[in-house]
Amino acid sequence: MRIEISSQKLQSDFVKKVAEISGQDLLSCNQCGKCSAGCPMCFAMDILPNQIIRLVQLGVEEDIPKSKTIWLCASCFTCSVRCPRGVDLGKVMEALRLITLRKNIDYIEAASISADRLRELPQIALVSGFRKHSA
Amino acid sequence: MDLSYYPGCTLKTKAKGLEDSAIASLKTLSIDLVEVQRWNCCGVTYSLADDDLVHHLAPVRNLIRAREQGSKRVGVLCSFCYNSLKRANLLMKNDQVKRKTLNDFMEEEKGYNGEVEVVHILEVLRDDVGWGNIAEKVKISLKGLKVVPYYGCTLLRPQEVAIDHVEKPTILRSLMETIGAEVIEFPYATECCGSFQIIGNPDYITQRAWDILSSALRRGAEALVLTCPLCHFNLGERQQELVPRYSDFKGIPIFYFSQLLALSLGLGSQVCHFELNYGDPLPLLKSKKLIP
Repeated sequence: MRIEISSQKLQSDFVKKVAEISGQDLLSCNQCGKCSAGCPMCFAMDILPNQIIRLVQLGVEEDIPKSKTIWLCASCFTCSVRCPRGVDLGKVMEALRLITLRKNIDYIEAASISADRLRELPQIALVSGFRKHSA
Repeated sequence: MDLSYYPGCTLKTKAKGLEDSAIASLKTLSIDLVEVQRWNCCGVTYSLADDDLVHHLAPVRNLIRAREQGSKRVGVLCSFCYNSLKRANLLMKNDQVKRKTLNDFMEEEKGYNGEVEVVHILEVLRDDVGWGNIAEKVKISLKGLKVVPYYGCTLLRPQEVAIDHVEKPTILRSLMETIGAEVIEFPYATECCGSFQIIGNPDYITQRAWDILSSALRRGAEALVLTCPLCHFNLGERQQELVPRYSDFKGIPIFYFSQLLALSLGLGSQVCHFELNYGDPLPLLKSKKLIP
């Protein structure tokens, strides 16, 4: 993957917004990869969790909303409790989802779930799913 | 002893077996769970964004309801509710600025400063009742039942809400051993089942369920014991996808800790609502002579 790095991108509004929403010091991450090593949804991700934070550090925002990764993060906080640098990657993932959701773009639509499925699913699945994946 | 109790939505429907068996068990152990009046949704997932305060209102209002009843502590059974209420409470206790904003917004409520302590019922069993006292009340030992404890995420992470060691918890092992079960450990005990991804990505949950359940079966487990209604659904309901996919897989019963506790205390299967359990638990319980 070819990535263009520029001082403009490093100080972009995108980088500032992620830091502001997540409350995390993004540059603390030194790419040890422990987050990706323990991530339970990693098998289905196209960009690894440690790569996501690297892209954010570099201000490369285009690839992130298109990637499945931020939508597959289940907020299990395994990465957050294991990070040796104290970065709460779960919060960074949330910030990245919100940047899309706050443009009123849904990742899942309620109408796409059948009535039978709605009856089967426990309420906590529905509420948390819509909290995380809809605007 | 009375203890304020926050149930949450799923315990009134899909996870009735978790609630009824826990209330009955605690009563036998001399603790009366008193439901918080006028409770509302806990919000399910704690809001992680620094600039999003409105989603903290739901859990905080429940804590205020508990305080109105004169409670110093509120017990919670659902893992999601526990996590959401516990984190919101810590925020109100420790973050002066956000506390003020939230208190100013909730005009109808008196200022809340995180006074109510949020505890999971497993903690109550360990710290208030004690394993020794539970052991004395056991009428039907679960001897010979091989279970794997599965914790999932929300009781253990993040660190500040953990009811036990974040990586090597033992609380479910202690409880299961107290009531006579044989405990088998497995490497997936604290791994996430995939959570709310069941809504949009059920196939990935099927994969997670296979990884977790097949590991338990390889180690000789006969059942999985857990606390979370969403783990119960994900690891249970997905078994119908796994049976046709893997010829060796015949299913594995999933229990709430409180169901096995109730059985061991001689409270019978009526309080357990096994009809709501996945993985067909009745043949196993009959073969172990735990139910008639």
